[in-house]
Amino acid sequence: MSNVNTAVKICGVEMKNPVTTASGTFGSGREFSEFVDLSKLGAVTVKGVAAEPWKGNNAPRIAETYGGMLNSVGLQNPGADYFIENDIPFLRQFDTKIIVNICGHTIEEYCAVAEKLSDADVDMFELNISCPNVKEGGITFGTVPAMAEKVVSEVRKYCKKPLIVKLTPNVTDITEIAKAVVAGGADAVSLINTLLGMRIDINKRQPVLANKVGGFSGPAIKPVAVRMVYQVGKAVDVPIIGMGGIATWEDAIEFIMAGATGVAVGSANFANPFATVEVAEGIERYMRENNIKDLSEIRGIID
Amino acid sequence: MKFVEYGEIVENIKIGANAYKMTIVLPKISAEAKPGQFVNVYTGLGEMILPRPISINEYDAEKGTLAIIYQVSGKGSEYFTTLPVGTEVRCVGPLGNGFMIDNEIKKNIIVGGGIGLPPLVELIKHLDGENHVFIGSRTTPILVERLEELGAKVHIATDDGSVGFKGNVVQLLDEVKPEGGMIYSCGPKVMLKYLAKWAMENNIPCQVSLEERMACGIGACVGCAIKIQKKGESDWQHLKVCKDGPVFFGDEVIWDE
Repeated sequence: MSNVNTAVKICGVEMKNPVTTASGTFGSGREFSEFVDLSKLGAVTVKGVAAEPWKGNNAPRIAETYGGMLNSVGLQNPGADYFIENDIPFLRQFDTKIIVNICGHTIEEYCAVAEKLSDADVDMFELNISCPNVKEGGITFGTVPAMAEKVVSEVRKYCKKPLIVKLTPNVTDITEIAKAVVAGGADAVSLINTLLGMRIDINKRQPVLANKVGGFSGPAIKPVAVRMVYQVGKAVDVPIIGMGGIATWEDAIEFIMAGATGVAVGSANFANPFATVEVAEGIERYMRENNIKDLSEIRGIID
Repeated sequence: MKFVEYGEIVENIKIGANAYKMTIVLPKISAEAKPGQFVNVYTGLGEMILPRPISINEYDAEKGTLAIIYQVSGKGSEYFTTLPVGTEVRCVGPLGNGFMIDNEIKKNIIVGGGIGLPPLVELIKHLDGENHVFIGSRTTPILVERLEELGAKVHIATDDGSVGFKGNVVQLLDEVKPEGGMIYSCGPKVMLKYLAKWAMENNIPCQVSLEERMACGIGACVGCAIKIQKKGESDWQHLKVCKDGPVFFGDEVIWDE
């Protein structure tokens, strides 16, 4: 058995393996800690945190689709103060990195949450400029390059830690947005957020979600996500955290070959509470069996 | 404590027009379960990634078995009907908090509507007082014999009048005017809404077990939101049916939509 090094570095932050969680699918880690040893994950990316508590959208917020699901939670969260007081101390009991996902309706709100968290004990920030659920929020910033660049450069001023910007796939050319956020000061990018989707109940003749539309995620979206990670990897020179339909270690390896340094498990957590750890263990096994000493040997190997 | 358990199906039978009972060997979950809790049952199929949250009908910690009763209402439940005895299914549970049992109370009013009835069977085994069960059903209800076997006095309302009172269960309560110290209930949201109103008018505390579309069942996805205004608080908040519930007090639920 050869020794393999599963660790990866993202903007100077070392993760023991590339596996993290997709924001919003893993809570603050607390709920899943009953099933999963969080110390086995490279990082926990927590559910979106805003400066003040958000109530979120009306229910129904969840609908299943073929090989995936829709959600329109609307970023319900108890706010930054609650996060600092409760979730950080909880997560610090584990040997894993903390990535705090932050959200806002306006540039001022984004800056406010970044400022509140500027001295908090977290390892990285992930800026959500792409959630399709919040009116006047995410969608506007993440789909227009100039606005994306602006919000990143403003938030950057309050961020003492590496800043990952999470990209929405609901654009014509994701590489344009990736270049814009890097120009604005993003240290890394994560992608993809959910694809905007819809389901209709044909008996009730109305949308299944109260919000009518919602974010489409799950195994069904994986080819779109792999393609976008590949394209963004060719377009910008910052680390990528790849996500979108990762349910198995094979999926994760695809993302790494497409150019991702980190990989996030999202909706698969709902289908299998052990998904994150199984992905991490599978990557290590694959490295051993293929005599890969470091993931850099296969990262972005697709021309 | 919650468990992920792979259990063998030992029974999967039709017990009503559209209802099936599945008994699964789940020693850990059944040892931990409380009345009113639920389990996530997974199809294991790639096209249906989400677990199905299903209330626990009865559990037997000694035998290590747990029964669920499910209605065929979509592809997932339809798939469950095809699973033969001997199949292994993945379950996670027990989930939620269950009913808040008060055994100081001498007379309980238990109200179940349709497929909301099953968890009330386990509940009455744990209630010391006299149990008056009111069932609301479209047509001939399920579980009547089992409830009577457990010593409950059963009153039935059916929409089509095929059994018992013709009308809905709240109309039946108006007719019978039962007295009791607590209402324990589970059923369709619209039934629970009018039941909660009836309970307030009659000054009886009323526990309602709710359901909502959920993805994780453990409080992480925040999908199953319900508007709750706690007594003494000035504003409502979105709580989680899976983790904060599924049982709430009826007068704290904001019954909009």
